[in-house]
Amino acid sequence: MIIDKMKKREPTAKKITNKVDIPVGKWIKCNKCGEILYKDDVRKNFSVCPACGAYFRMHINKRIETIIDEGTYKKLDFNIETVNPLELDDYMKKLSDLRKKTGINEAVDCSIGKINGEEAVICIMDSGFLMGSMGSVVGEKITLATEKAIELRLPLIIFCTSGGARMQEGIISLMQMAKTTAAISKLNNEGLLYISVLTDPTYGGVTASFASIADIVLAEPGAMIGFAGKRVIEQTIGESLPEGFQTAEFLLEHGFIDKIVERKDLKNTLSTLIKFHKKEK
Amino acid sequence: MKEITAWERVEIARDPKRKTSLDYIENIFDDFVELHGDRNFSDDKAIVCGLARIENQNFTIIAEQKGRTTKENIERNFGMPNPESYRKAIRFMKQAEKFKRPVITFIDTKGAYPGIGAEERGQGEAIASSMLEMSSLKVPIISIVIGEGSSGGALAISLGNKILMLENAIYSILSPEGYASILWKDSSRAKEAAEKMKLTAKDLYELGVIDEIINEDNIDEVYKNLKNRILDYTSEMIRMTDEEIVNLRYNKFRNMGKYKKVK
Repeated sequence: MIIDKMKKREPTAKKITNKVDIPVGKWIKCNKCGEILYKDDVRKNFSVCPACGAYFRMHINKRIETIIDEGTYKKLDFNIETVNPLELDDYMKKLSDLRKKTGINEAVDCSIGKINGEEAVICIMDSGFLMGSMGSVVGEKITLATEKAIELRLPLIIFCTSGGARMQEGIISLMQMAKTTAAISKLNNEGLLYISVLTDPTYGGVTASFASIADIVLAEPGAMIGFAGKRVIEQTIGESLPEGFQTAEFLLEHGFIDKIVERKDLKNTLSTLIKFHKKEK
Repeated sequence: MKEITAWERVEIARDPKRKTSLDYIENIFDDFVELHGDRNFSDDKAIVCGLARIENQNFTIIAEQKGRTTKENIERNFGMPNPESYRKAIRFMKQAEKFKRPVITFIDTKGAYPGIGAEERGQGEAIASSMLEMSSLKVPIISIVIGEGSSGGALAISLGNKILMLENAIYSILSPEGYASILWKDSSRAKEAAEKMKLTAKDLYELGVIDEIINEDNIDEVYKNLKNRILDYTSEMIRMTDEEIVNLRYNKFRNMGKYKKVK
């Protein structure tokens, strides 16, 4: 389920404070066009390469900054922490190293915030944290956030990026697919809006659970999205895959996403879609 | 009782001579009628659907089916479903709800098929939609893991109110080979992975993932026990309201997770 490699990720913040903050004054290379870019320029351009338009993967904090109205972000800290159900030797150390490196606790952040004034429960995944994989804590947080949306009768927005279910937690990770899907089913019964935004990469157990069953499924241009990883498919069928396979554009053509939205337009698109679903009080 | 290693169970679960879903269906139920197709694209044969009866109780059957011969295996894609299998399953779940028939699912797959066509036709969406349908289905569902229950392809039809598992069946996030390959970049460490993954019936019972282990000493006893358990659970659940049935299932999966609370 975990996909092959991650590329073109923006180096993330060393020190993260509660405030949304990305360090300035560094250079970054675009993996697509090879251009050496001033990081500040990339940041101002929604983490999109100003030279060729390639998308960098986004740190949670940067996503918050570009989507949620300033001063309206309220973290939903559900106070739960990852454990080691299979008692693997290096899992806990890996997590603590990642926490230091990325400044985030787990692969998803949940909050209540406003998007152009429209209040929503917003979950943001980060592929920089163990490939955004879904173990117990990610599954539980997505579920708790969904329940929060039900409680407060708010729309639910999930920014997806993940290699799939987290191998290190074994079958318990697989069960998170069932749990999150069941939570979305409850949200549906309540008549509440759920929008998923698929970003690069979204694979495996996340594609095969909450990511694909939103009322409206959006995707960023060029994002790689699929169930099985490229290497697994190539090994199974014994041939290489066609150009453009599993891109957001491929999924749009095959009818599995509603709309591809450029990063700079995402905030406005989300608030417009939320407004369509607001009930008169 | 003799100690069997997890890897030995993997080998037993994969034995080509092991009983398949159709063997269980034929030996547990009466009057099985197979019904075909997803009404959309094709009839994918890795999942078999139909109607069957025990005494006066009707059931909808949804079963992952490996081939019993090489020819049948090719027809059935070695029991690896394409999206159409899951969409066929969804069609029969809806029908079961309409006619208030309990659903029995049999799980036996190496996983959902990883192919170009499967991706083009939304394998991930099909699996998610099957789970979504099961999450709110207003009839009892009993899921039985009989062989290999591997990955999302198995989970897709496993959201039962009750989950039973044969003693030598396995149920896991991925095959031990795939697991070793991803975690240790070395698929030859599959045996070691099998011991780590908690994929045996006993492990899964202790983790609370399954409800009951069915002993495998004698195949006729297995058929008889499964038949009795299906009848017991069914008679227990058909007395419940729709809401109780859905909530029972919801709470079961809602509680799955291992984490610690912190301040």
